[in-house]
Amino acid sequence: MTRWVMVADLRRCVGCQTCTAACKHTNATPPEVQWRRVLDMEVGEYPQVKRAFVPVGCMHCADPPCMHVCPSTATRRRADGIVTIDYDLCIGCAYCAVACPYQARYKTDAATFAYGEPMPSEAQRFDPRRIGVATKCTFCSDRIDAGLEQGLKPGVDPEATPACVNSCIAKALHFGDLEDPQSNITQLLAENQFFRMHEELGTDPGFYYLWDRAP
Amino acid sequence: MSYGPKPWLQRHWDVRAALNFILGGTGAGLLFSTALVALVVPGWRLPLALGLALIAAGLGAVWLEIGRKLRAVHVFFNPRTSWMTRESFAALLVFALGATALALGRPWAAQAAGLAALLFVTCQGRILHASKGIPAWRTAGITPLIVLTGLAEGSGLHLLVTAGGGATRAPLLLFTLAVVARALTWRSYRANLGRGAPLKALASGAKWLLYGGTLAPLALLLAGFVAPQLAPAAAMLAGAAALAAGWHFKFRLITRAAFNQGFALPRLPVRGRS
Repeated sequence: MTRWVMVADLRRCVGCQTCTAACKHTNATPPEVQWRRVLDMEVGEYPQVKRAFVPVGCMHCADPPCMHVCPSTATRRRADGIVTIDYDLCIGCAYCAVACPYQARYKTDAATFAYGEPMPSEAQRFDPRRIGVATKCTFCSDRIDAGLEQGLKPGVDPEATPACVNSCIAKALHFGDLEDPQSNITQLLAENQFFRMHEELGTDPGFYYLWDRAP
Repeated sequence: MSYGPKPWLQRHWDVRAALNFILGGTGAGLLFSTALVALVVPGWRLPLALGLALIAAGLGAVWLEIGRKLRAVHVFFNPRTSWMTRESFAALLVFALGATALALGRPWAAQAAGLAALLFVTCQGRILHASKGIPAWRTAGITPLIVLTGLAEGSGLHLLVTAGGGATRAPLLLFTLAVVARALTWRSYRANLGRGAPLKALASGAKWLLYGGTLAPLALLLAGFVAPQLAPAAAMLAGAAALAAGWHFKFRLITRAAFNQGFALPRLPVRGRS
């Protein structure tokens, strides 16, 4: 079995938003839609203040509430753990969006472009199937699938790896197979302490945050 | 862009979605009240038709909110896990039984429609409970609160449309039980909700629910009991107050108290260690 997950090393992330830009470029998302975004969080009170940059997006949960609530079965979970949306089935009720504890889903009711009128690149890559339906991070599943067909290893070979991970200037983002004991992900999790967001909700998210080395 | 861990209000479901809970809940409550009262009181056709119309109007309002309106039939595709699908099937059952009752004049069908309406409003409560992203909705106790709010509104509307419930006490008794149960359920729900932005947003709705929607109607019913010549008018006023308070509360629950829980950092990064 395979379970693709992502790891964000909070000690390394510098909040440059390159992953956000790479995601937008790769997936041609419209303005205001950021499938991969980086939160700039301040915690504490002066003088004990800390700042952390936290990449967030769809956590590709093993028990995704968005999938359970979806009335149209548009949201599904693949055998490799990637949660997908079938744009042709989705009715755009946004029930998944209120069920997601990570605010990872977007619904765009009308076509919008960066400068009003579409630029040639926007016009070329505009996908009308995404209007009026839920959208979110796909873990670049098309890249993963195409890479696997060529015998490449997601998380290791850039051609088979999500765009946000490839673009990270600080090597803060990693991608790989949680079920593979030899994978880069498994080793990172063994060597470091980590947490997952809102774990108490029981969604079993597939996004791990490293915060310190293992004791 | 900085989000921080502070929760913010969801904008996916607006007043159109709220209307489904408001009108659908009231319609379901009215159908259930009609079903119970039809056992002892004739004249169930008008409230039955009104209940069906309210549920249809609520569903119509939420249909206006979905992004792909022509695909609305896809809502029936996931009865295995989705309470929205189950709500849709329950609505079909309500309309089928209600139409049968109206067309054939069969009280048993009206009573069956009332039971199906109870299922419908229960599904509405479960829809909210399954919304894990919204603490005010996923909180334990939301389902009985939604069901009892619907029953209180519906039995109140029943008093309105039957001019005080007619000659028997059954509608009054049902209404009294419903508003008291609604107030008690609100207290239990509030205890589960804890403190925070959702509770603040619900404060005015709760005040209306307790004073305007519970104490005032009970006082009016008491006044009607003491002065029987005022009883029909007092009962109608009581029903209207309970109805208005329930609508106000649900409007706030869907559009004003629906904060997400933001993002949490249980651990901060430890930097500077080799």
